[in-house]
Amino acid sequence: MSNIPEELKYTASHEWVKMNDDGTVSVGLTEHAQELLGDIVFVETPEIETEFAAEEACCVVESVKAASDVYMPISGEIVDTNGELTERPEIINSSPYDDGWIFKIKPSNEDELEGLMDAQSYEDSLED
Amino acid sequence: MLIFEHSKRGLHKRDTAELKGIPANMRRAEPAKLPEVSELQAVRHFTRLSTRNFSIDTHFYPLGSCTMKYNPRVANSIALMPEFAGRHPLAPEKFSQGFLGCMYELQEMLCEVTGMKGFSLAPMAGAQGEFAGIAMIRAYHDANGDHERREILVPDAAHGTNPATATMCGYTVKEIPTLANGDVNLEALEAAIGPQTAGLMLTNPSTLGVFERQIQKIAKMIHQAGGLLYYDGANLNAILGKIRPGDMGFDVIHSNLHKTFATPHGGGGPGSGAIGVSARLIPFMPIAGVIKDEGQGKELYRWANKTDYPQSIGHLSAFFGNPGVLIRAYVYMRLLGRDGMSRVSEFSTLNANYMMAEMKKAGFQAAIPDRFASHEFIITLKKQAKELHVTAMDFAKRLLDLGYHAPTTYFPLLVPECLLIEPTETESKEDLDGFIKAMVQIQQEAENNPEIVTTAPHTMPVKRLDEVRAAKQLDLSWTVTQAS
Repeated sequence: MSNIPEELKYTASHEWVKMNDDGTVSVGLTEHAQELLGDIVFVETPEIETEFAAEEACCVVESVKAASDVYMPISGEIVDTNGELTERPEIINSSPYDDGWIFKIKPSNEDELEGLMDAQSYEDSLED
Repeated sequence: MLIFEHSKRGLHKRDTAELKGIPANMRRAEPAKLPEVSELQAVRHFTRLSTRNFSIDTHFYPLGSCTMKYNPRVANSIALMPEFAGRHPLAPEKFSQGFLGCMYELQEMLCEVTGMKGFSLAPMAGAQGEFAGIAMIRAYHDANGDHERREILVPDAAHGTNPATATMCGYTVKEIPTLANGDVNLEALEAAIGPQTAGLMLTNPSTLGVFERQIQKIAKMIHQAGGLLYYDGANLNAILGKIRPGDMGFDVIHSNLHKTFATPHGGGGPGSGAIGVSARLIPFMPIAGVIKDEGQGKELYRWANKTDYPQSIGHLSAFFGNPGVLIRAYVYMRLLGRDGMSRVSEFSTLNANYMMAEMKKAGFQAAIPDRFASHEFIITLKKQAKELHVTAMDFAKRLLDLGYHAPTTYFPLLVPECLLIEPTETESKEDLDGFIKAMVQIQQEAENNPEIVTTAPHTMPVKRLDEVRAAKQLDLSWTVTQAS
């Protein structure tokens, strides 16, 4: 079973969500997602200061198998992106939950976080 | 080895006599950087390269959604007749009646097999056909003053070119989910349709290798909302002579003539993405097409122009499609005739279903096991990847060692670790059985000696590629200074 940290929230489209102390929210792809994608070769991060609605495609991750969208877990404004990914997109494979974070959001409505899955529900959703 | 590596500088002496009359400032300072080899060296070089090809002429090539069927030699020899191949694109119409007549008949035959009202042979490839089709949908809405329709609906089982085409035409794309049985999720479709809907793009049968059974209902829903229906003809081989996109309610279709109508493809061109339209889109057809004028007891073929299609989306190339491909397709269709068309879909479907049934018996997992396949089917190697750490890509590479071109891998994206297998109608039962036997052998190797599979291919001129490096450090240029 792939690693699913207890303290994070999850979406059905395999993003993880972490609440930061400064009120922003970090987003990345789960270990399971990077396994499915295979070796990641390119990431097109969203523009800072762009606003997206929840579940809107905001970013593209390209692997040797396919190009996939990354979706906004909750609505909000992009406040930061991981610059390291330009040169080393493979850190999403090697460190999906830490070095491989993709972008940070300033949520427009923090209540939306309640709608996300916890680690247990996400794990259950992977079993089929 | 590149031909430049065979090159010996100075082999070909420059004939300076030819330069007389060319002003000094117009001459090259240095000789052109062309390889200098003898004719025999050039022949051997390209013949050697050709023997390294995996092609339909040398191997079973079940590449899903690509319809790699046998291309009859006779179609090629007719296309190469100097009367066709040597025709100048600007030759006057009165000297081109034979060629124009063939093109006109090809348009008519395509209308007949697809149930459309008009056909244009102008698009040079499937992607350009898609572009032309969606451009016509946009021109139609714009002509109606319907400028708010800015969204194209695309099921998630679609070919990747569909959302790309819609985006190229300035539309936003909304993805519609597919049910586990392969049909479009009608509830999600209902929720997505609105006054902003310009149209829907659909492949039927879909890339999941099953027929969309609710197509009439879907067509009605889209038309009621004022949208148009686009048919991606990539899988036309499955329904040829049986059911027609025009009768299903589609307004535009593109047909990859190089797939369904058997002209050599797979090397990146030339192709043909001929497009068919319903009556309401005829004024928007691209230029040029061929029109037959009748009168005074004479038939005369001529190029269509802007007066024939006043609202035309315009030219798609300097001249007119890829005539060589069009002639091959024309000859192939004439050889098949009406009955032959039906046999194409019957045997391509029979071959796919035979293979799916046999592979299920051999223990492989079909993606949609409870339904009949169309002309192609999907197996998922999810279990092998999880339990044996041998992936669909490893199976695909190992197949090359055993003399089979790999099926389409990792497409459609909806099915994990998938192989999309399309045998086509031109393969014998022995070849289908040979492929199944090879898959069973690889399965046994994956269980007992996985390394031979995960490090395959072993017998090819190029071994396992570093795909990450190939994607990240794409460098295809060769400079003369690299020559030693």
